Amino acid sequence: MNAFNKLLSGAAMGLALSVTSMAAYAETPANMLVIAHRIDDVTTVDPAESFEFAGSDISRNVYGRLVNLDPNDLAAGYQPDLAESWDVSEDGKTITFTMREGVKFHSGNPVRAEDAAYSLQRAVILNKTPAFILTQFGFTADNAMETIKADGNKLIITTDQKYATSFVLNCLTSTIGGIVDKEVVMANEVDGDMGNTWLKTNSAGSGPYVLSSWKPNESVLLTSNPDYYGGAPAMERVIVQHVLESASQRLLLERGDIDIARNLNPEDIAGATGADGVKVVDELKGRLMYLALNQKHPVLSKPEVRQAFKYLIDYEGMRDSFLKGQYTIHQNFLPATYLGASDEAPFTYDIEKAKELLAAAGVEGLEIEIGVREAQERMEIGQSFQNAAAQAGIKVNITVGTAKQILARYRARDIDVYLGAWGPDYPDPQTNAGTFAYNPDNSDAANATGLLAWRTGWDPEGLTDKVAAAVTEGDRDMRVKMYQEIQAEFREKSPFVVMFQQIEQSAMRDNVMNFSTGQAVTAAAYWQVTK
Amino acid sequence: MALAEDNKERHPRVPLPQWLKTTLLTLGSISVTLLGLLFVTFIIGRVMPIDPVLAIVGERASQETYDAVYLQLGLDKPLLVQFLYYLWDVLHLDFGTSLLNARPVSEDIARVFPATMELATLGIIFGVVLGVPLGVLAAVNKGSWIDQFARVLALVGYSMPIFWMGLMGLLVFYGILGWVGGPGRVGIFYMDVVPPVTGMILIDAALDRNWEVFKDAFSHIILPASLLGYYSLAYISRMTRSFMLEQLSAEYITTARVKGMSEWNVVWKHAFKNIRVQLITVIALSYAGLLEGSVLTEIIFSWPGIGSYITTALLSADMNAVLGGTVVVGLIFILLNIFSDLLYKVFDPRAK
Amino acid sequence: MSQTQTLRAWLLTDTPTSRRHAKLSAIYQGWLSFRSNTMAMIGLGILVLLVLVAAAAPILAPHDPFAQDLGNRLAPLWSDSHVFGTDSLGRDILSRLIYGARITLYIVGLVALIAPILGLLVGTVSGYVGGWVDVVLMRITDIFLAFPRLVLALAFVAALGAGIENAVLAISLTAWPPYARIARAETLTIRSSDYISAIQLQGAGALRIITKHIWPLCISSLIVRVTLDMAGIILAAAGLGFLGLGAQPPSPEWGAMISEGRRFILDHWWVATVPGLAIFTVSLAFNLLGDGLRDVLDPKAGE
Repeated sequence: MNAFNKLLSGAAMGLALSVTSMAAYAETPANMLVIAHRIDDVTTVDPAESFEFAGSDISRNVYGRLVNLDPNDLAAGYQPDLAESWDVSEDGKTITFTMREGVKFHSGNPVRAEDAAYSLQRAVILNKTPAFILTQFGFTADNAMETIKADGNKLIITTDQKYATSFVLNCLTSTIGGIVDKEVVMANEVDGDMGNTWLKTNSAGSGPYVLSSWKPNESVLLTSNPDYYGGAPAMERVIVQHVLESASQRLLLERGDIDIARNLNPEDIAGATGADGVKVVDELKGRLMYLALNQKHPVLSKPEVRQAFKYLIDYEGMRDSFLKGQYTIHQNFLPATYLGASDEAPFTYDIEKAKELLAAAGVEGLEIEIGVREAQERMEIGQSFQNAAAQAGIKVNITVGTAKQILARYRARDIDVYLGAWGPDYPDPQTNAGTFAYNPDNSDAANATGLLAWRTGWDPEGLTDKVAAAVTEGDRDMRVKMYQEIQAEFREKSPFVVMFQQIEQSAMRDNVMNFSTGQAVTAAAYWQVTK
Repeated sequence: MALAEDNKERHPRVPLPQWLKTTLLTLGSISVTLLGLLFVTFIIGRVMPIDPVLAIVGERASQETYDAVYLQLGLDKPLLVQFLYYLWDVLHLDFGTSLLNARPVSEDIARVFPATMELATLGIIFGVVLGVPLGVLAAVNKGSWIDQFARVLALVGYSMPIFWMGLMGLLVFYGILGWVGGPGRVGIFYMDVVPPVTGMILIDAALDRNWEVFKDAFSHIILPASLLGYYSLAYISRMTRSFMLEQLSAEYITTARVKGMSEWNVVWKHAFKNIRVQLITVIALSYAGLLEGSVLTEIIFSWPGIGSYITTALLSADMNAVLGGTVVVGLIFILLNIFSDLLYKVFDPRAK
Repeated sequence: MSQTQTLRAWLLTDTPTSRRHAKLSAIYQGWLSFRSNTMAMIGLGILVLLVLVAAAAPILAPHDPFAQDLGNRLAPLWSDSHVFGTDSLGRDILSRLIYGARITLYIVGLVALIAPILGLLVGTVSGYVGGWVDVVLMRITDIFLAFPRLVLALAFVAALGAGIENAVLAISLTAWPPYARIARAETLTIRSSDYISAIQLQGAGALRIITKHIWPLCISSLIVRVTLDMAGIILAAAGLGFLGLGAQPPSPEWGAMISEGRRFILDHWWVATVPGLAIFTVSLAFNLLGDGLRDVLDPKAGE
């Protein structure tokens, strides 16, 4: 401690006398849930547009959906929410939902089939980023009025071909399936924007919480909806405070100023675990960490080289050190807990094996660039890989940049190796299969920037058709088998080195019960939380 | 300002009163600087290798969605046209809406700037109140223990990484001792309690006579403000010492001493009087630096200020927000400069 | 009589025989007065040591600064063969520190050369010439000064491309305006002084007055400012590195080491503190040196 700090302690001591009453050990009120979280990714809360993690958390608690996932039993899959039941036509193309009676929006308006139809049509017509989740069923701005319609108490949607019903319903549990209050939204329409501008910062839902305020990069305040059809939530107010630094989150938690800290790094988790009144809850998330080897690169496109890279990852070393507790080894594109997921992990850290493969491909003096975004754990994964590659005679140059910089180059197929993270968009295997192993047109002109296979310049050949077939398969067991086969082939020959799956560690006061971050399938839910 | 006088000599025929001319010239120079500032920022926004469209639509967007936003932002138009459009809006006090969160930029700035201002003002007060006397004392007692103490104090302050000090301060005074409030501007129970008039919670709470909130806000601001204050103290005290030494070795001081003037009068009435102008420039520069926002301090203390606002906006290519933030910071800066220039004229006989 | 004594006598003469002789004599006397300042000598000593360490890095470093050992990460201080412990990837912190000295010297040296000289040039010309030159130069300075520094630095790096050289350039380009303003303020004061008028009357040209009479007088404030800026410069480089625009990993740049280590500050404080102390020591040395130099170089405040 230096002289100044001593001086400061003197000053602080004087101050302390005046503020002791304030600073004494704090505890959050019993009916209030206070969460520290990084919410700088929230850009909009309109369910037709919202696509980021923290934004999905808000949506999940504010908007009801036709079908939804129960935070207390996520493994059960989709359950009735605003739709009480549904029927599938014989040709498998039409689904008719029967709406739950007596449910009201926060405005007091009843939730009608008309509102549901409007919400889905709106998402399709606005065609914002997440719109593909709906438009993949053949809905377009032109046909939305016919393919999605309300008839009394029924909502009828017609897809362009037969899909696995579970696939369609799983997609409707995602954020874009949020049902908005048509009357309120229409009243706030400006220049035919279907209320988009207004809904970016306001809410018109029927869920357990009402969005009271959202200050970007500062805080989100939710107030409970006492008329929620599932019963008023125990936590009357939920405050999500934006706290960037892990150390700051931990101090707040240990002081009892917050109930839950969601972004503690492994070291702070280890530290907080020993603190009084703090517990740590692990949940397996859907996010995968992977390397993508650009197939436009003359050397990286050799099959042996692709194989070799899979042996250049110190899977266990990283999992047990700087990723400790927050990532588990996973080498398939479907995250564990997903339908059809596989836990096969044939690749180990084996420099000799990699050298053999590289020699077989005649590779010598290879120098490549890897693009890594500035997040600390990724920079460390990058450096660990760089270290391993050097031992196999490959010189790796790390280029660090902001998420958007590096991503732009990846989308332009302009980077040798990309260290990426991918989170599923909806709880169906198609979400990852359709991007990792599906690429019908690999030409530059196709510009299919949404597909990871295209970004990597990889033509998955037979896999594209197999993915397309799996998504229409109605039989669950058959579907599982198909995905297992696709993944087996993918593991061996793809230019993707899937390495880890994320585990989210939430540190919380030990009186907080039933908090769920949504695991691999959805976002965080607050209404079932008690203290 | 020197330029005002120069002009008077060159255009003696213009029959404007002096005060009006000075005002006009000052306004002119403000607008030229602002225009330059806007233009440079605008260009920067275009050369940044971050794609604003991608920032809006996100990773998964289809090419179609991407193209729609590209057109919507007017990015297909020539650069100069885009700039002129923007300028037109700014002249109507419309900074546009944030590309990312769809709010008017002016609204966002009205929220984040007072937070920074509150912190910076308290910090600079701390720095001046302690730094100036310390610097004078050090100069007067050059080589003594006071001088050495001041030197060490300043150098330590200047050389410590602020996030290290910040985190350690938080750990000790908040985490262990519990003397001060934690990260954030006020405790969670006090959020949105007092009506936001100025946006500065201390002042708002005082206006509302809600002393409980005032106390809580004060317990939150004291640590980051002391840290920032310490840094400006380091700078201000060093500069004060340097200026004072210069004066104290001047002939007129020797003369005054020979005449038998008391040391107090020599130091404060003569030497200090002569460094006021230089000192004000230094203080104004420090204050402006603080108003720019300290990104790291803001991050550690979860302080929603303008520094992290602009940085976040820049890194996500939200150029409307960056431009708006830059204009506000720039304007404050320019005004502080003009203020110190004016003081120059009032106080310094040699600059006339 | 030995050679040195002759030289010493020659240097200390009261009756210089030539212009060069007088100059050398003045430098020598300056050095003598500098040498009597213990603090300044300590500063100089630390910096000389830094240069030596940087030069002899391969000999001094006990380990390869890039060798990772995930099994032995975050080793505490004074642990076996790792005096300052290891970082998040199990690399020896002491070795990284030693190699990092090279990068630090490079950054600091270059920025400290470019920025003040640019500032001095702009500030003195503006202050001395006055009129429209002053207006234009000061508007430009104001524009740059009014910019949030990080925005400007980011933009420069973005335009030039990431990397340590460009980071140095970007920092220099953002660092010059304060020097320009200080130099201008000094110049304004000096310009109106009697002795400059006297020189003007003797027919000295503007260039001569600026370089021979104004620059030497501005240097004291500039040196104080530059030395005080050193830590800031290193940290600014670290800040850029933090955003991925400065030193690229696994480069052992000190600022980047702090950024990396700050995640562990609550439980493994030394990972960030050791490079922090290194930066602290070096900037302290610069400050001490600067203070000493000021006394020697400043014709007004000299003993």
